[in-house]
Amino acid sequence: MSTTTIEIKTALDATLHSDTDADKRSSVEVTDYNNRQTVGKITVDHPKMVCRNVNVYYGAKQALKNVGIDIGINEVIAFIGPSGCGKSTFLRCLNRMNDTIVACRVAGQIKLDEDDIYDKSIDVVQLRARIGMVFQKPNPFPKSIYENVAYGPRIHGMVNTKAELDELVRASLERAGLLKEVEKRMNEPGTSLSGGQQQRLCIARAVAVNPEVILMDEPCSALDPIATAKIEELIDELRENYTIVIVTHSMQQAARVSQRTAYFHLGDLIEVGETDQIFTNPKHKLTEDYITGRFG
Amino acid sequence: MNKPTPAAVPAAFSRDIKTIVNAGLQRRHAAERRFRSYGLIAISLGLLFVVLMFANIIGKGYPAFWQTYVQVPISFDPAVIDPQGTRDPVAIESADYAALVRAGMRRMFPTVEGRTELRALYALVSSDATYELQRRIHQNPALIGSSQEIWLLASATVDTLVKGNIDRALDETERPIKDNQIGWVDKLQAAGKIEKQFNTILFSSGDSREPEQAGIRGALMGSFYTLLITFLLSFPIGVATAVYLEEFAPKNRWTDLIEVNINNLAAVPSIVFGLLGLAVFINFFDLPRSAPLVGGLVLSLMTLPVIIIAGRAALTSVPPSIREAALGMGASKLQMVGHHVLPLAMPGMLTGAIIGMARALGESAPLLMIGMVAFIVDVPKGIMDPATVLPVQIYLWSDLPERAFVERTSAAIMVLLAFMVLMNGLAIILRKRFERRW
Repeated sequence: MSTTTIEIKTALDATLHSDTDADKRSSVEVTDYNNRQTVGKITVDHPKMVCRNVNVYYGAKQALKNVGIDIGINEVIAFIGPSGCGKSTFLRCLNRMNDTIVACRVAGQIKLDEDDIYDKSIDVVQLRARIGMVFQKPNPFPKSIYENVAYGPRIHGMVNTKAELDELVRASLERAGLLKEVEKRMNEPGTSLSGGQQQRLCIARAVAVNPEVILMDEPCSALDPIATAKIEELIDELRENYTIVIVTHSMQQAARVSQRTAYFHLGDLIEVGETDQIFTNPKHKLTEDYITGRFG
Repeated sequence: MNKPTPAAVPAAFSRDIKTIVNAGLQRRHAAERRFRSYGLIAISLGLLFVVLMFANIIGKGYPAFWQTYVQVPISFDPAVIDPQGTRDPVAIESADYAALVRAGMRRMFPTVEGRTELRALYALVSSDATYELQRRIHQNPALIGSSQEIWLLASATVDTLVKGNIDRALDETERPIKDNQIGWVDKLQAAGKIEKQFNTILFSSGDSREPEQAGIRGALMGSFYTLLITFLLSFPIGVATAVYLEEFAPKNRWTDLIEVNINNLAAVPSIVFGLLGLAVFINFFDLPRSAPLVGGLVLSLMTLPVIIIAGRAALTSVPPSIREAALGMGASKLQMVGHHVLPLAMPGMLTGAIIGMARALGESAPLLMIGMVAFIVDVPKGIMDPATVLPVQIYLWSDLPERAFVERTSAAIMVLLAFMVLMNGLAIILRKRFERRW
């Protein structure tokens, strides 16, 4: 139902605007609406993750069609697109969080370094330790701030002594830019913090197991602008040590924090490119419509 | 574009909304007031019946907490207790203490003569008086040879008379107590030799044919052992089942079938579980009849579905964000459940368990089937001893005609209710302790 509506709207937009401002903005050839092949360069020189021909089905419904993209080492890549386009679904494929959904089926290949993450030999426990995740709504455990950060290292057996754990917790909070604020209240419940602090606590929790990749699913959608600014700043700092994949609804945010951007539309990966290029000079009509606010 | 033809303006649009609403307003308010008064009436009726029930039970039951005693001058005659003078405990144990009681009674009323008269006189004190003297000598052999004023348990008829539950205006043949006995009791009362004391026997002894010696300790311990077995079996199994079905089991036709069956089991009449217990535990496994172990097994079967259903509801109410957080950190499924989901679901599970246990505590039908309805005098000392439980004891006593058993029935109901309040209180405390408000 909603799919039809969007398509009609798109078609309508096409008839209204096809030969006005769009042509003035782009000097190169713009791919037409009906072409759903990914445009732009999907490969990078030093990939951390390589995804090819990823198809995701929820029961009979196909949520992602033939997605192929590389995620480079120490880069921030943003997934943008209208609601229901499959960007969160794709993000959750990257650490196999979709495994928990019974009807969900993933086909294709996703590699982390040299390991195919959907291979039988790969354990999700190990995979999720290597690929951390931060969720849309801050979801600290109903435990103390300290326990929240210490949980990951503890279950994975990363430390041997209490002193080591203390150090690791402090370092993780420091990396998440939260240490100063919570130093004196480590034993207070994590849920007593403000929304923005809670989200940074979740980032600290993810950082504590020293993952290689951090996935962020609209991490700022429940936060106010000031908390958002802090998280964005933090993402920029975290890039030094981690590869970050962020799903966002805010195009400004994508423009601010990411180096590369991927635009999804109704289950298709429409366009991938350098963030600057995507926002100033999109090569696909759909991307252009979306970033100019014409639709979505 | 084709313009839609403007529809005709409905006639309702031209009327004044204010007058229309005002016209019906009174009717709407009246409906609301009526509904509220129905609610009030329903609640007051409910409360009225609760108050009536409690007033009736407490009014009938509270006299049972007091028991009549008669002060009798007893002389511990060595010639009766220890005629050989050997002080042999076995000989002392088997002495004729009843003779001492009889002598004491005669000493109080020296004028009474004749077999019938004397027998009526001796009937004022309970047969427990004999054992009372025996106990005293056993505890303190130095008493032999001394004379003491001792409070002895009065018989149930005297107790009933003293509590004012026998109509003196009735003809002698229609009362359980004779005119001469009433005369003696009056004299004793006037002399201050009759007294009501707190009824410790009610709490310290098991069932008895003599109402003044009957207590609920046997039933209380029986209930305790039975519920202990029930809890130890049904809680762990129930929680494990709930966790497995909710978190681990694949969702397919088999699990659907199991789920439907569990829901059905919760609605099975309890007597059916009793028959099952009789067939399986007693006839097939050859476990002892009337034992709290079997009672507990049967009640576990009955309680399990309740705990499983409540447990699953508690598990589903744990927010999915917590599960995602744990899984996202790389916790295994068992770690996710053990570290996060189960602690959060625990208060709900405990509530379910307590509801199930409260139901088990009040259950009598299935226990009748496995022989826990027997007349058992001894207080059970373990899960294999024959026992009965509080509701069954209440059922047994309610069947007996003696006035003293009527008040004991109500007293036992009061104890059962107190037991339930205690359990619910415990549940609230446990819940508060496990509950995390953050």
